[in-house]
Amino acid sequence: MSKQIIATTSLAGCFGCHMSLLDIDERILQLIELVEFNKSPVNDIKTFTKQVDIGIIEGGCCNSENVAVLKDFRKHCNLLVSVGECAIMGGLPAMRNGIPIGECLHEAYIGGITVQQNHEHIIPNDEELPMLLDKVYPCHEIVKIDYFLPGCPPRADLIWNALYALITNTPMDIPYEVIKFD
Amino acid sequence: MDNQIIFTIDGKECRAAAGTYIVEAARQNGVFIPTLCNMPGITPKGACRICTVRINGRLMTSCTTPVIAGMEIENNSPEIRELRKSIIELLFVSGNHFCPACEKSGDCELQALAYLFQMMVPRFPYQFPVKEIDASAPLIVKDQNRCILCKRCIRTIKDEQGRSYFAFESRGNKLEVVLDKEMAKTMIAETAELAMKNCPVGSILVKEKGFYQPIGTRKFDQQPIGSEISTH
Repeated sequence: MSKQIIATTSLAGCFGCHMSLLDIDERILQLIELVEFNKSPVNDIKTFTKQVDIGIIEGGCCNSENVAVLKDFRKHCNLLVSVGECAIMGGLPAMRNGIPIGECLHEAYIGGITVQQNHEHIIPNDEELPMLLDKVYPCHEIVKIDYFLPGCPPRADLIWNALYALITNTPMDIPYEVIKFD
Repeated sequence: MDNQIIFTIDGKECRAAAGTYIVEAARQNGVFIPTLCNMPGITPKGACRICTVRINGRLMTSCTTPVIAGMEIENNSPEIRELRKSIIELLFVSGNHFCPACEKSGDCELQALAYLFQMMVPRFPYQFPVKEIDASAPLIVKDQNRCILCKRCIRTIKDEQGRSYFAFESRGNKLEVVLDKEMAKTMIAETAELAMKNCPVGSILVKEKGFYQPIGTRKFDQQPIGSEISTH
């Protein structure tokens, strides 16, 4: 059997889900036998070099760059898996969804009590910077997502069970303890 | 053991006193029917519909329907499970349920039911409604983001004269459960603890009591909700 190809990314996330992927301990040796990594922060490959079997998405969409990366993943991946609360429902970044974006930026760069040395009261606006979206969106509201693994982060066993089932095309084992939202 | 009548739940023969509400009769026979707005000891309301069962072909809430002889109750069929799961999903998208940041996570009945029905993601679009947090009371924080309007607090948390500390305010999609500001000033610690315990979600919190239970030892970390009644 030829190796399945995997790509991963972290959008508006904290890399905790990637850490949880590493939490599969010695099974990582088995994983390397089963898969090859393409674009991913794990190996620092920045762009897709071929079509990929499984794309793993961590984090929701909070800015235009997140949306572009997510659409790029949808184009290059046969299957997309939303991993973690942020990808599934926006997660903690989505706690800003009830606050107007102007107020958020003002608090972060001008009015906040920890703001220092911004004497000209500039909100960063370089055209190189991605534009913030009006709110943080779950990934499946931007593109079609095939599978969802909840958790903050998803337990390593859940990620491993799901990946193993996808790679080997076998039914997935879901014990009660592995599905948690926190 | 007078008045004992015989009925069936998913084909299992059960016995209970005539007039017992189905959810309670099922519990006495070792059958778990999930509830959110209902809890033992209060007048049922039938608000959340999570306890819906099919009785003689019709969908009814088991917390408000008394059991009668010969009743054939369908509780754990794929259709009923799917219906309950969709109610849970609707509750998740209609509020702001940020489980990773919630003090009640692991002890939350809404979350536990989502685990039970293996809700990976709600099928409905997230609403992200704009809600307030009221922390003005001395002992209690009332977080409207998480409230599911079950009315448990209104029905159970009362002072010695029988007046509720909580009440409904506004109507329609602006409906909220609010804490009476004057009465809150005289609330004692035990009442506050009870309010937090009776809230099925993390909407009522006692100040300085968050995250006191380590992850892994909380109520629903290892065992699904209803395990004390039946194995699923």
